[in-house]
Amino acid sequence: MTQADSTKPIMGFKLPFKMKVEPRVVDPPRWYSPMLSVIAVVVALMIGALVIWLGGGEPWKVYAHIARSSFGSVGVLSDTMVKAIPLMLVGLACSFAFRMRLWNIGAEGQFFLGAFGASMIVLLPVLPEEAPKWQFIIVMALSGMLFGALWGFVPGFLKAKFNVNEIISTLMMNYIAVEWNNFFIYAVWTEGGFQMSRMFQRNAWLPRLSDFAEAIPVFRGLTTHMGLLFAIVAAIILWLVLSKSQWGYEIRLIGDNPRAAEYAGISISKNVILVMLVSGALAGLAGMSEIAGVVHRLQGAISPGYGYTGIIIAWLAKLNPLAVILVSILFGALILAGREVQPSGVPTLIQGVIMVSLIAIDFFLRNRIRITRRVEE
Amino acid sequence: MDFVLVILASGVATGTVLLYATVGEIFSERSGVLNLGVEGMMLVGAMTAYKVTAATSDPWLGLLAAMLAAGAVSQVHAFIAITLQADQVVSGLALNFLATGLSLVLGEGLTSLRDVVPTLPSFTISLLSQIPWLGRILFTKQSVMVYVGYIFIPLAWYYINRTRPGMHLRSVGEYPAAADSLGISVFSLRYFYVFVGGMMAGLAGATISLSISPGWFAALTTAGQGWIAVGLVIFAQWNPARAAVGAYTFGALRRLVLDIQGPTTLLGFANPFFYNPYYGFFLKMLPYAFTVVVLVIGSREANRKRIGTPAALGLPYIRGQRGL
Repeated sequence: MTQADSTKPIMGFKLPFKMKVEPRVVDPPRWYSPMLSVIAVVVALMIGALVIWLGGGEPWKVYAHIARSSFGSVGVLSDTMVKAIPLMLVGLACSFAFRMRLWNIGAEGQFFLGAFGASMIVLLPVLPEEAPKWQFIIVMALSGMLFGALWGFVPGFLKAKFNVNEIISTLMMNYIAVEWNNFFIYAVWTEGGFQMSRMFQRNAWLPRLSDFAEAIPVFRGLTTHMGLLFAIVAAIILWLVLSKSQWGYEIRLIGDNPRAAEYAGISISKNVILVMLVSGALAGLAGMSEIAGVVHRLQGAISPGYGYTGIIIAWLAKLNPLAVILVSILFGALILAGREVQPSGVPTLIQGVIMVSLIAIDFFLRNRIRITRRVEE
Repeated sequence: MDFVLVILASGVATGTVLLYATVGEIFSERSGVLNLGVEGMMLVGAMTAYKVTAATSDPWLGLLAAMLAAGAVSQVHAFIAITLQADQVVSGLALNFLATGLSLVLGEGLTSLRDVVPTLPSFTISLLSQIPWLGRILFTKQSVMVYVGYIFIPLAWYYINRTRPGMHLRSVGEYPAAADSLGISVFSLRYFYVFVGGMMAGLAGATISLSISPGWFAALTTAGQGWIAVGLVIFAQWNPARAAVGAYTFGALRRLVLDIQGPTTLLGFANPFFYNPYYGFFLKMLPYAFTVVVLVIGSREANRKRIGTPAALGLPYIRGQRGL
């Protein structure tokens, strides 16, 4: 890093101190990394404000609006959670694959196929219409996970077998998934020519907090659904797998040093396929929980880019499954409030700026800057 | 036969967009920097071109602005990947979000300007259009950007493979430490070629919004073409000539998918896509599915011949460190 050495005069000026960038030898303290992440988000919000202002908006009003309409009351907080649930599951899907440095950018498509798989159970129908709720929940969840996993398997297999770049193949699968669903929405399950299926019967809905309002009156009108439970359980399982099991160790080793993993006799191609299956299944579960918990029918507009936001969430959470849950709530707020923010691209922009500043600030995690007084020559 | 000629002609036009984006990415990757932000940079280009043209009524000015804007955006990635030495995959993804968001915010309200904004000219080259078949496909009523593309392909190939700056470009991507020891500035060359890649992506975006399918339709303007371009780079084995083959083939495929639903009969049979338009959804999958197929072909070939990928692609260059 000699090019960052500021001993040379910059544009004729001589700084009164020397600044030197050098790689870290000792790991920084534990609080250092979260602190950098917080700084990154704050910087990102400031840059976002600048762009909104340049675009003719009022940044302070936009941010105040986002905060008020996502955390302002119990009701909107519950709505925030509803938006956060799919984000949690796709965030987990991404962080699991990313841990192995397997770039699954296809959570969006796996989400769509998960929604398809869950809808199929009701619309084909696989289960009789009057089947009990618990049967619907289990079968829909399994079917959603199966189809999501299938969508993840294709790029995983191609990567393992032909060394096909998974970034592009997973992304292409996203576009294919949208058209796949559209065919069924327009042609097969259309309700009276509209671009949506019929509404699912109530026993195919995930239970919501408001369903228990008779016993607990506070829950009246709250739409947070059982998907939250799915997400939390999935996060705990993933955390256990990654940090406590041998398989998790293998995944982390491949991610950190694939050559060492190979020497240790770990099959990389087997793990590529397995991790893509699990990652796809999680994203598929997100699709299922959105369909069964919120939309209650199959239609086109079921995701404002959840799968892509999951990538940023995974990164902000430092690929830690438990942190994914917390970060998802913040992004749920952004998406919930962002629907009314003008111009409509603001949430995407803020997400992008957050991710850019996060990666940029990681520099200080890997390097440290030493400032010393200049000794006059 | 007329139908085939029309599809091929409009396929060349559509493929021109992919051509610019792919060759731009080839420049960037040949210098060792993988930039996954092509899709976002194309959107910035398309939006800027349309917005500036709407304001000034001069599409050429719009084109220039698009290239500069996308080039400027690409420098975010350059800074993070080259100077801060961050992971290029993650940085490229981040650039994609950033650029997409930027173009959506600044492009607000542009959609309604359709048919008001002037476009780049199209014309027929009278002498060349007389050539049987090829004249109809390549030189009849094409956009000026298509013709520029024809000239651009051999130039790019010659520049990379036969000139001194082109050799520097390749050396920086293959063995930066050796290039550095010969006095070639690895850092500034990489910055420069990421900028070139950004400008080309901007050009590709401007070609869409000012010429091939004029207008601004938010993220649908590019509809994943930037990602297809990143895939085509692998198929092209970092060679502009192969990139041209891939780009025009994809262009024709994209047009075929749109146009095949038109006629009532195909090869003497009743056209299933005309009588059941819902099959069109499967047709629309084809370009994306075909990208995956092309990736498989490209990867297998690269494995067999052991050629293609610049050796230092994706690796940050750190002076004084051993290795590439």
